[in-house]
Amino acid sequence: MIKKIGRPIFLGLVLAFMYVPVLMLIVYSFTDATHIGAIRGFSLHNYVTLFTTRDLVDMIVGTILLAIGSSVLATVLGTLGAIGAFYSGRKRRAFTESLNQIPVINADVVTGFSICILLVVVLGIAKDSYVPLVVGHVTLGAPFVYLSVIPRLKQMDPSLYEAALDLGATPRTALRKIIIPQILPGIISGFMLSVTLSLDDYFIATYTKPATFDTISTYVVNATKGAQTHIKTALWALTTVIFLLVVLIVIVMNVSAGRKEERSNEKVL
Amino acid sequence: MSDNIIELKNLSKTYKGGITAVSDFNLEIKRGEFVTLLGPSGCGKTTTLRMIAGFELPTGGEILLNGEDITKYPPHKRPINTVFQRYALFPHMNVYENIAFGLVQKKVPKDQIEKKVKKVLDLVDLEGFERRKISTLSGGQQQRIAIARALVNEPEILLLDEPLGALDLKMRKEMQLELKAMHKELGITFIYVTHDQEEALTMSDKIVVISEGKIQQIGTPEDIYNEPKNAFVADFIGESNIFNGVMTGHLKVRFCGAQFDCVDDIPEGTHITAVVRPEDVIMTAPEEGTIRGRVDSVIFKGIHYEITVVSGKNEMVIQSVHSATPGNTIGMKVDPDNIHVMIAEDNTNIFTAEINKNYNLEYNGSEIAADITGIIKGSRRLEDGSVADARGEIVDTEKVRIEVAIKPQDIVMTDEHESGIVDGYISNLIYKGDHYSYVIHTDLGQDFVVDDEYLWNMEDHVGLLMDPSKMKFRVKR
Amino acid sequence: MKRFAISRKTLGIPYLLWLIVFVAAPLLVIVFYAFTNGQGLFSLRNLSGFFTDPNTLGTLGYSIVIAVISTLVCLLIAYPTAYFLAHSKIKSKAVIIFIFVVPMWINFSLRISALKEVLTLIEGNLAMYPFLNAIIGMTYDFLPFMILPIYNTLINLDQSYVEAARDLGANSAMAFFKVTLPLSLPGIISGVSMVFLPAMTNYVVLDMLYNSTYIMGSLIGSYFSAYNWHGGSMISLILLAIIFVFTLATGKQGDTNDQMKGGAIL
Repeated sequence: MIKKIGRPIFLGLVLAFMYVPVLMLIVYSFTDATHIGAIRGFSLHNYVTLFTTRDLVDMIVGTILLAIGSSVLATVLGTLGAIGAFYSGRKRRAFTESLNQIPVINADVVTGFSICILLVVVLGIAKDSYVPLVVGHVTLGAPFVYLSVIPRLKQMDPSLYEAALDLGATPRTALRKIIIPQILPGIISGFMLSVTLSLDDYFIATYTKPATFDTISTYVVNATKGAQTHIKTALWALTTVIFLLVVLIVIVMNVSAGRKEERSNEKVL
Repeated sequence: MSDNIIELKNLSKTYKGGITAVSDFNLEIKRGEFVTLLGPSGCGKTTTLRMIAGFELPTGGEILLNGEDITKYPPHKRPINTVFQRYALFPHMNVYENIAFGLVQKKVPKDQIEKKVKKVLDLVDLEGFERRKISTLSGGQQQRIAIARALVNEPEILLLDEPLGALDLKMRKEMQLELKAMHKELGITFIYVTHDQEEALTMSDKIVVISEGKIQQIGTPEDIYNEPKNAFVADFIGESNIFNGVMTGHLKVRFCGAQFDCVDDIPEGTHITAVVRPEDVIMTAPEEGTIRGRVDSVIFKGIHYEITVVSGKNEMVIQSVHSATPGNTIGMKVDPDNIHVMIAEDNTNIFTAEINKNYNLEYNGSEIAADITGIIKGSRRLEDGSVADARGEIVDTEKVRIEVAIKPQDIVMTDEHESGIVDGYISNLIYKGDHYSYVIHTDLGQDFVVDDEYLWNMEDHVGLLMDPSKMKFRVKR
Repeated sequence: MKRFAISRKTLGIPYLLWLIVFVAAPLLVIVFYAFTNGQGLFSLRNLSGFFTDPNTLGTLGYSIVIAVISTLVCLLIAYPTAYFLAHSKIKSKAVIIFIFVVPMWINFSLRISALKEVLTLIEGNLAMYPFLNAIIGMTYDFLPFMILPIYNTLINLDQSYVEAARDLGANSAMAFFKVTLPLSLPGIISGVSMVFLPAMTNYVVLDMLYNSTYIMGSLIGSYFSAYNWHGGSMISLILLAIIFVFTLATGKQGDTNDQMKGGAIL
């Protein structure tokens, strides 16, 4: 009896802990209240501010461009790196693997700080060139691309590549037409991971970004310290938008995964 | 141009770790032949096939296709196609795209590709399967698509790497016949790899029996079965009774403690191995047989009985439609035609020992109690322990090596593998009537042949004890 | 084979170079800076400074306390959550688990500012409860990263082990402690490794909650603001040492690599 009621109550409390703050913010984003707890009327002015304030729009666009740009680079590097390492000798593969593991387990503070020291302090590359920032975010994402591609290579039947060569394909064609399509799911999930990490990153950006550029994270952290309430409440609107986007993506992913499952079930029958 | 489509000349493959997969392979294959490479797993047959396909480069020798050296050609430049062990159909393409893949690479016009794909699908009895996904096909259907994908390129040679291994027994039998029929219809040269002797006997024009990277025998299925060249082939193809013996006169051979007439003309006194197929042993009344024995066991096998008879120290397996009673004594005789006599392989073990810093003989880190001065002619031991040769010069331990020879029967196997000169794992055993002949693989890359009258298990870890007084030595520089 | 293998091998060279230049080299530079002074001369002052200053040592101790407690709290909430979810009779478990990990994909700074608003509403002045708020902040931020790996190991755990234990006479508590818990250890370790280190270093969570206490990450931040690369490098090096020891200690227990952040998404 306790079990029957206890479990849902426990899970409900955990969910409440995780969602109440965000949901409250979402509710209040549709009012003209300046802090949570105040009771005010319905208003969309936060959304107007969000999409009309130059600073806010710039940092949102900038964050997205940085995430996509650095992830494309990270995906190309990480995928080729995984293919190269997988077909190399044991020593080189082990060497690549252990270097690849460093940014994965390292604290982001240390990764960001060390890249800043090397590129900005030692080599004198200006942060305004965006080079340190992009390097930082590629270094953040590429190891995860590598980690999601390697298992796909392991799963692939090694004779597929040989079969392509046997049928007259050059090694390049075999790579393009056989290996890449086979590991594509790994490449895609690696890319998505890289985007997620870049969007969520604060530390690497802080240590490597140009002073005039902000990502959502760095902007929000500074804004919470500042006193501009209309910016603060506009960020509530941003939270709402991001939350809805995430929910939408999750639903789409679930539906398509469900469809795939159905299709594979049909196959069995 | 000769009618050989492909010739392998002294082909060898040694991997980086020093493991030799194929050594000194010589093989000629005629246009249109169905040739099977047959051997146990790890014998080098697949490596040979992969070298022909171009997936691996030989470390020695050459491959001639129509007289042209193609040894170093990459696979996509060879007019040879492969049917892979697990089919290797591209899972992200449908049946049509899979079959068309090779033609697309050759830039064949689209309408022609369509025609050819349709034709080859007809050939493998899968008309209308063009749009099907690979994952929706059964194992047998995938097998046919894999064959179609290779055949559509009209290769000069079709390589098949254990293509039926993944199919169930019934399906396998069906596909054997179909492949054979396809071979007849197309006239393409087939090179087929299998470890299944029955499959090889059923399908091939020519069988190449391989063991430990070496060709043991090349011949028609009948040759291989009826006239095995050595004990390995006899044992691997079909069931055999194998005995050690000696020629005792003109067309007279002695084994199993009796003298038999035979048809092989081998000089008197030669050590031989005699092979008798179980179905060739005739059971008689005790007094009428060439040899006598006591029936040990009788097993009914459906169309015949398998009878094991003990005669002295030897064991004879008989297949007969007649039964026998365990415990009874029976006579046995064999028609001279059915005794296959071959000159015994010289199984003497030869390995190389070093001279250590104490000027004693050493192998695998342990000293062999043999006097160096007795091995190197005219040498003597000096006061400081070193050894000088006949000219008075100190023997260079870095350069001088001693070759040691020891007979299989002079090596003793022990369970305490630490106590032997060298230890290893039993990788092969053949019953030779009154004893077993074992091959022991060691980590040193040296195999030892050992005779022992007791049955050990495959993969047993054993130490090898060798009596130095039974060794023969030769100086090598 | 060789010639074709080379063409695939070479594809890995750019990434290998990238790793050498942007992963290995920065760490070497850190080591160099940690053991030199402003004139570029060898110096142990950064090291001895850290281990003799009560403030920095206090920060190290405080970070470890924060990290240990946050990790424990996360584990105590996450394990039952994951366990109940894995054993629930709901058909579409995937949807439920998504509900629990969706917050992971919302930018952490936005989530923490939401938390800040709510805590302000409850506590009034956040500065009154720095330690409590630090633990709440870390738990709030990292909880999904603990739930997911534990859930993944539990859902893949063959139920027949538990049935075998019950069959052999264990009651349900015994079966849990003797079978389920030990077998879910890899998930726990993976979750712990994803919470413990960030809880020592993610000082922004504290900053955003108007928390003036310092953890190890904060030290790097303040050295960075003061352009003291040598001091920052020494802190980084000490953190690297802690990470190294931590990885060695947990690495043998199971292959966490695949389950780390990579596993978090799928």
